[in-house]
Amino acid sequence: MKIAVLAVQGAFAEHEKMLSDLGAESIEIRKKSDLEQDFDGLILPGGESTVMGKLIRELGIFDCLREKIENGMPTLGTCAGLILMAKNIAGGESPHLATLPVTVKRNAYGRQLGSFTATEHVSGVGEMPLTFIRAPYVESVEKGVDIIATAGGKIVGVKYKNQIGVAFHPEVTKNTAFHEYFLKICAACLPSDAVQLSSNLPSL
Amino acid sequence: MENERYNLNKELAQMLKGGVIMDVTTPEQAVIAQEAGACAVMALERIPADIRAAGGVARMSDPKMIKEIQNAVSIPVMAKCRIGHFAEAQILEAIEIDYIDESEVLSPADDVYHIDKTKFKVPFVCGAKDLGEALRRISEGASMIRTKGEPGTGDIVQAVRHMRRMNNEIARLTSMREDELFNAAKELGVSYELVSYVHENGRLPVVNFAAGGVATPADAALMMQLGAEGVFVGSGIFKSGNPQKRAASIVKAVTNYNDVKLLAELSEDLGEAMVGINEQEIELLMSIRGESGER
Repeated sequence: MKIAVLAVQGAFAEHEKMLSDLGAESIEIRKKSDLEQDFDGLILPGGESTVMGKLIRELGIFDCLREKIENGMPTLGTCAGLILMAKNIAGGESPHLATLPVTVKRNAYGRQLGSFTATEHVSGVGEMPLTFIRAPYVESVEKGVDIIATAGGKIVGVKYKNQIGVAFHPEVTKNTAFHEYFLKICAACLPSDAVQLSSNLPSL
Repeated sequence: MENERYNLNKELAQMLKGGVIMDVTTPEQAVIAQEAGACAVMALERIPADIRAAGGVARMSDPKMIKEIQNAVSIPVMAKCRIGHFAEAQILEAIEIDYIDESEVLSPADDVYHIDKTKFKVPFVCGAKDLGEALRRISEGASMIRTKGEPGTGDIVQAVRHMRRMNNEIARLTSMREDELFNAAKELGVSYELVSYVHENGRLPVVNFAAGGVATPADAALMMQLGAEGVFVGSGIFKSGNPQKRAASIVKAVTNYNDVKLLAELSEDLGEAMVGINEQEIELLMSIRGESGER
């Protein structure tokens, strides 16, 4: 299993570490030519969404990324990654990839003093620790979007087709459950002969 | 609980990795920096080059001006307090700053003690010239480290020296026998646990940025290739001919620091770089502030 991690800015190394601990390969997307490789899933990491949104446009990655996600590439966006995917950003800011039909509110808990941790139940994963750093939350979802996690009455995790967006950072904890859940979704999307091949491998 | 707050603060620094933190003195500059792709801004009244030129005592900026910058951008806003000046730090915490830089760019307020940063909820970044200094700041509660470099000069030599020294010392610790770590801890003046962490992981327990003298995309790429996890640019941007273009180019150079063809394109036609002064020409060495010792 090979997962592409958007590596233009932010906490991409943490996702790569998580993937490697779970026996999955990762490649870094820093420029257009990086997207010519084959991969089975995509992660948009945490960081600053304004920076990533600008860089994916100026480095020529934007259209290809959006096309891959719209064509069903399993995609996980964490924090800034969720903002990149959201169709609407509250407050009128222009959206980025806009593949996920939700409205997100940026810096929804305020500045760094508002950052916090919680333990909540996440559908498909179970109870897990959630880390929110200058985090957004999902203000509203459109039809067809499943809510997979809430914290303090706010939506903090959603799933729409093969896209998962979360406001928290599973990559900074030691708990691998969320990445296992994502890799399962990626595995389920592999062509059937590839699934057979991968099931013969010792891990993933 | 306190440990949880410290982890959150270290994790905010992780989110800044691969990014450029820019010095700004007005809300307008902060907006330019954000649009150019800064992952955070450092709000201060005067950039280091002007502090150097003006002389006199440099202090924490006016909270009103910092608040105006906070209102102007959505990215994290940092601000500087004087080394050891915990009251300035308390004020910055009161206005909910995202990161405090206990900085040698300002005039030190205490020539012995740094701030006990464990007493604060907001995170601190501190400068370091070597591994010992970095680990001592981390012991005091810093959740992010940067090289000191020599601020306001546009001269990269000191940042390079500090980053290389840090890397050499980390490599040395990594190659030590375990029974040698106790003495290493004594020599560095930090706990065995911190030394042991570096020994096992071959890196600092917090994010490490480059700072002090970065003026061009090539400078930024140099520091990234030497192992920096991101870059602070102070005077280099708004003291140059075309701040927008230079800022955006440095941001891209940090993302693709190994792509030489792109770096060549990014270095083209940036207008005038800040004039800069060589380390031999300066009278005030900011990097020796905070902890005395050799340069």
